[in-house]
Amino acid sequence: VVNPSAAPAALEARAWAALESVADPEIPVLSITDLGIVRYVRATGAASVEVGLTPTYSGCPATEVIRAACAEALKAAGCAARLVEVLAPAWSSACLSARGRERLASYGIAPPAVPVGRVRALLQSADSAPIACPHCASLHTACVSEFGSTPCKALHRCSDCREPFEYFKCI
Amino acid sequence: MSAAEALAGTLVVCARSPPLFRYVLRLADTNLVLGQRLGEWVGHAPALEEDLALANLALDAIGRARLLLSYAGEAEGQGHGEDDLAFRRDEPHFYNLVLAEQPNGDFAHTILRQFLLDAFQLELYTALTRSTDARLAAIAGKAEKELAYALRYAAGWVVRLGDGTPESHDRLEQALAALWRFTSEFFAADELDFAMASAGVAPDLRLLEAPWRDRVAGVFAEATLPVPPNLPLALSGRAGRHGEAFGRLLAEMQFLQRAYPGAQW
Repeated sequence: VVNPSAAPAALEARAWAALESVADPEIPVLSITDLGIVRYVRATGAASVEVGLTPTYSGCPATEVIRAACAEALKAAGCAARLVEVLAPAWSSACLSARGRERLASYGIAPPAVPVGRVRALLQSADSAPIACPHCASLHTACVSEFGSTPCKALHRCSDCREPFEYFKCI
Repeated sequence: MSAAEALAGTLVVCARSPPLFRYVLRLADTNLVLGQRLGEWVGHAPALEEDLALANLALDAIGRARLLLSYAGEAEGQGHGEDDLAFRRDEPHFYNLVLAEQPNGDFAHTILRQFLLDAFQLELYTALTRSTDARLAAIAGKAEKELAYALRYAAGWVVRLGDGTPESHDRLEQALAALWRFTSEFFAADELDFAMASAGVAPDLRLLEAPWRDRVAGVFAEATLPVPPNLPLALSGRAGRHGEAFGRLLAEMQFLQRAYPGAQW
């Protein structure tokens, strides 16, 4: 006998597991659940769910790829999904999970230093707080470019090990 | 009307169009046009880092434009999507701030245009986060942070060029002489702005002027640039009146959809 109250929870757990398997197309070491862009999963029927997704940057070209990958992963897990775009509250680099931060660092991308997300902090200089080098952990690093290969990253360089590295921007 | 005609037809915005639609179009158009101009730099910027930066700024602007155009289409209620509104309107039906459409010029022109607009848009979107319109407030919540990040970059370059070599200072002064006159449009509110402000949808533009001037004066002081006096309004994007270069910008931006209506890839 299926416990009627447990069934939606099991379906939601299955949907979450499917979403966890969806990688960020530009930083494949991160799952979209690590990125903090899945806002909610709600069972709406025996095999159907509603998923709230929030975009990272307004102009991030990965948004549509992620949406399509989510729909595919949920379908493969047997969930008929309706994807809803949730804009507020705005995504921030503070939405990154602890595991996401660890994964970024081990992949060679420095995780966001301070989870600010505050406009006043964003107006301050990029070099106001030292960013640790993901290769040698030195704090003698400098910002080379505040914009990088994707909207979410900046380019930095370590003055000790001399390696360039990417930094996941605070926003 | 055939399906092809329906796709190819030019969209017209008139005074009878819904006010919210006309207001959101203004917000969208400034970002769409600025994004298109910034995109012209890709592959041509003075250094790789600046090429990346300008391309990223273009992406942000076009991202904001897409969110706003989609919302404008919903507010219009005629079934027009973001692409219809971007690619099927002619010049007099675009309502961007005319500073956004000014040609790129040299790097100093582009950076000064960016700084003046980012500083204004940061004030505008910060105020819009308190809009009674939940959708606009949500879009503004994202835009505000992205604009703050962009403003830091542009302000840094204004200081570096202004307080740099005699050559870089001269270039920036020339850019200021060419572009400053377009800033008086920022605060030249018309009936639609007042109506939106009294409905709580938009801020009272007059309240944004002092913080904008303070920010500009602070950065100009560091850049050893004079703050020029206010100049009378030359053109009005609000009224659909644009400069000559704008037609060429639209011709390039819209060519594909005009030549092959509804084309997708």
